[in-house]
Amino acid sequence: MELILDILLNPVVIALLKIVVIVLVFVAATGTVMTLMERKWMSAVQDRIGPNRANIPFLRDFRGRGALHMAADGLKSIFKEDTVPEGVDLVIFTIAPFFGFISAVVIWAVIPFAAPIGDFTFQITDVNIGILLVFAVTSLGIYGTVLAGWSSNNKFALLGAARGTSQMLSYEIFLGLSLVGVFMVNGSVQVSILVANQNTYWFGDVIPKWGLFTQPLAFVMFFTAMLAEAKRLPFDAPEGESEIIAGYFMEYSGMRYAAFMLAEYIAMVGIAALVTTLFLGGYHVPWLHAEGFQIFGWFMAVPVWLVSALQILAFVGKIIFFCWLIIMVRWTIPRFRFDQIMELGWKKLLPLSLANIVLTALVLLAVDNWNL
Amino acid sequence: MGLKFPSAESFVTSRLDEVINWSRKFSLFQYPFVTACCGMEFMAVYGPHYDGARFGSEIPRFSPRQADLLFVVGTVNHKMAPILKRVYEQMAEPKWVIAFGACASSGGFYQNYSTVPGIDRILPVDVFIAGCPPRPEAVLDGIIQLQKQIQDKDSGPSGFSGINPRQTKEELLLSRE
Repeated sequence: MELILDILLNPVVIALLKIVVIVLVFVAATGTVMTLMERKWMSAVQDRIGPNRANIPFLRDFRGRGALHMAADGLKSIFKEDTVPEGVDLVIFTIAPFFGFISAVVIWAVIPFAAPIGDFTFQITDVNIGILLVFAVTSLGIYGTVLAGWSSNNKFALLGAARGTSQMLSYEIFLGLSLVGVFMVNGSVQVSILVANQNTYWFGDVIPKWGLFTQPLAFVMFFTAMLAEAKRLPFDAPEGESEIIAGYFMEYSGMRYAAFMLAEYIAMVGIAALVTTLFLGGYHVPWLHAEGFQIFGWFMAVPVWLVSALQILAFVGKIIFFCWLIIMVRWTIPRFRFDQIMELGWKKLLPLSLANIVLTALVLLAVDNWNL
Repeated sequence: MGLKFPSAESFVTSRLDEVINWSRKFSLFQYPFVTACCGMEFMAVYGPHYDGARFGSEIPRFSPRQADLLFVVGTVNHKMAPILKRVYEQMAEPKWVIAFGACASSGGFYQNYSTVPGIDRILPVDVFIAGCPPRPEAVLDGIIQLQKQIQDKDSGPSGFSGINPRQTKEELLLSRE
């Protein structure tokens, strides 16, 4: 018995359990559901009903408002022919889809789901390089695009990969620069500190110091850069039906193609989690402190487990809100031409992110000097 | 909770084939090969009023590798026929073809040197949709008929669609009815 407890309470085992729960249960499930929700929300925007016919005949025609289309898509992809065209570099062709997956999943290593209770953190690991790890890993996703396009032995795939790479590389630059302001305000890149600092308040107990309010410019720029980084619309230059067909993954069929799609949606959930963590207070519920709700001197005690549960719920809710926002952006804004993407990146957002750094520095200096 | 199994007939006795076919019929990624005026009706089918997306067939994949359903919408002339055939050959199995409208089905009113008199001269067609152009209701009916075909078809030993080599010609004709 003691041996079993010893094994279970081993930090490695706990970390592994967290990985299983967060990555396999939460992230994979949310990513899969988002593939359906994209279609349903798109239908809502376009005044349609959306997929709803898939049913289970022997369960009284159970349909679940179209939820089964998700299962149909997955199952079909598995049983679809796996085409490998002539002249393909088979090793690279096979591993390319996984780079997208890796970069989309490893982000979750540093995302906290709730405030720590004692020694137990709701976070796989709290490394002190925090966000820098996220940058390092998200830039790995570019390899998926490059290698898929390169190994496919297809001109259109290669062109799509070239377009995707130049877009992702240029947006990488001000993805980093846009967050420098956040680092300056917080004096750290460690995620737990970034989140904890957002749980303090202005004007007594009223307005939380969320990144959204301390760094509004950075919020807009980071969100835009992350959209471009994940190749979401309006920045979907790697795809383009009239120019390069399906882009870098056009030679992939069946489950290999499904892996690219799933990685895109998992990356979308990852973006939502990052933006939430950095700019919307992470798991922070407004006016909920470790002991309970507190506002204008009014206080209501809340037990510890309920605080954690509320925080996890709030975090998941914010993630779903941002997923919704990303999908709404896709179905509201027309897509950019490739040169417009480059112009927006290099001529507008890059100077703006540098200006944000200078502005933040001036404000911080003023606050320090005059005790504002 | 409300679930009941009143008789033995309603138990799960399906074979793997049925499950696979079920997933295939509700996940028809389409390749729209739109060449002529029927395209307007095709757009109407996937617009808000008729919403072909309800059948799970709305996702267009312009790479033939990722498409399941080839929608040949409009007139195909002899110059375009090899391209159409090539697109069909590039599609990954299992794949289905719908001939949309009179021109794709039979050449329509084009009885001349340049038009292919029906794409079934070059491709195996699963469903013909009549009309010049067909009304969206007719197209939805065509999609539903294709779904029925997919569900009833033996998915074959290798899991591929198409004509089952074990079937005799009489059986094939019966299954088409």
